[in-house]
Amino acid sequence: MSAAGRSADGRLLGGYVVLYLVFLYLPVALIPLFSFNDSIQAAFPLKGFTLGWYQSLADNEALYGALLTSLFVAMIAASVATLCGVTIAYMEMRGGSRAASVISGLARLPILIPGVVAGIALLILVNLAGLGPSRSAVVLGHVLVALPTTVVVMRSRFAAIPKSIAEAAADLGATGWPTFARIMLPLAAPAIGSAFMLAFLTSFDEFIVAFFLAGAEPTLPLFIWGQLRFPKALPSVMALGTTILVASIAIAALAEALRRRGLSVTRPAPGRIPASPVTATR
Amino acid sequence: MTRDATTAGALSAKRDTVFTAAMLLPGALATVVLILFALSLVLFLSLRNNAGPLLGEGFTIENFVSIAIDPLYWTVIIRSLSIAGLVTAATVVTAYPVAYYLAFHAGSRRGLILFLVTLPFWTSYLLRVFAWKIVLAYNGVLNSALIVTGLQNEPAIALLNTPAAVVITLAHAYAPFAILPIYVSLQTIPTSLLEAASDLGARPFTSFRRIVLPNSMPGVLAAALVVFVPTVGDYVTPALVGGPSSTMIGSLIQSQFGKANDWPFGSALAVVVMLVILAVILLARHADRAFGSRT
Repeated sequence: MSAAGRSADGRLLGGYVVLYLVFLYLPVALIPLFSFNDSIQAAFPLKGFTLGWYQSLADNEALYGALLTSLFVAMIAASVATLCGVTIAYMEMRGGSRAASVISGLARLPILIPGVVAGIALLILVNLAGLGPSRSAVVLGHVLVALPTTVVVMRSRFAAIPKSIAEAAADLGATGWPTFARIMLPLAAPAIGSAFMLAFLTSFDEFIVAFFLAGAEPTLPLFIWGQLRFPKALPSVMALGTTILVASIAIAALAEALRRRGLSVTRPAPGRIPASPVTATR
Repeated sequence: MTRDATTAGALSAKRDTVFTAAMLLPGALATVVLILFALSLVLFLSLRNNAGPLLGEGFTIENFVSIAIDPLYWTVIIRSLSIAGLVTAATVVTAYPVAYYLAFHAGSRRGLILFLVTLPFWTSYLLRVFAWKIVLAYNGVLNSALIVTGLQNEPAIALLNTPAAVVITLAHAYAPFAILPIYVSLQTIPTSLLEAASDLGARPFTSFRRIVLPNSMPGVLAAALVVFVPTVGDYVTPALVGGPSSTMIGSLIQSQFGKANDWPFGSALAVVVMLVILAVILLARHADRAFGSRT
């Protein structure tokens, strides 16, 4: 393959990648576009600019309730999932325990369980436990959904810490807890922040499992789902959707920045693959 | 744990056992209760009669028999498989060139493109599906754009409420899932292998077919799996853009736990979905082994 041929291929492929990204983002970009459009119909031509749909969100009590529920659920679910992710990944990387690798494998299993199956399985579980559909039930559901993400992020972080650091700690007399708490946790801190934020996002945007588990207090995506029945509410849904998109993108960008900073602490130039559960099915 | 042997002492060994147990506890609790126990409950319930108490009564295989003999369920299962299969094929085929570009041509833009393709992963799935509802609606974005640009005089495309709308929407919603696994597997191919092929006179297409494609097969199969699993059980997209002719197995499960209120039967349907997924995983494993031997 000549150098010229290779770069021509590259340009062609580069054009394809641009088209692909347009396809990826165009439909989603319509939501912000029409959220500023002064019409109930989401159709061209645009009717005129308005902030009215955003104002209509301001005095919606049900929306605030759903937002608070979502924030509450996401905070707790992300904390629990991060705690599990950190401990599971650390114990697996430390080696020496068969249980640790079995648990780590199990924790990544939810990638292979469709949301509807996870949803009904947990619905049966919470009813059996006497909890019933409730905020706590959604928290449990979201711990399950976010678990693969946190485990994957933490595994790649702990794998990047040179073995020699743990060995040096052991030579100097540090045992399990001090090594973990005073050496590994500080080294992994940015990745822990990243794992928490990604788990938070996963929970905050999650709909399929929450649909089965939410009781009288809907989460934000469930609130949106309820609004989709009313054609008149569509523009407000788009205004709300735009707000959620902007917040999600900001948090995801922050998580990515943290994760990269974390990797550069002990490794000069890693192959920068954004951590995502989809890279970890194997 | 050999490194602990150097710091012997019975006390520290005991402390280490406590530490190990404490560190394993959160993960063990979460995985055993939320995954193993919850899934066994589904299996258990699928073998019960729909009666009285939460967990039904007696033991029966009636639920599975009704699924097996009623052509309606076969239709829905086959439709779910076809839709998920089409979506998987479409996402993997369209993602492959992007992954290839990332692995071999992206250069300094790699970080940015990787971030852009992973970003949708972290945005709301419901909103991504909702976006297509407004695009495909009869008086929606697509038709109105065609009219405004003068390409059509009246709404011409009636995709909403057809299985095609489900395929398009799901393919878009899960598109970014396919890129990363393929990219990761392409990245592990040593460039020396490609140089050697070219030195030995292999034409670009030959070295793609003989080296790149077989070596990236594990990534392709992983990508296929992560797209197939959530799409085969999806119920949101059929409900929002699919209409009655696109009912999928996920929709049936959801209604058994909702309006129809037959949890044991819904569980049996869920078991069928999991069995289908298991079969697909085994198939992928088998294919992987067939290709993997070439490395």
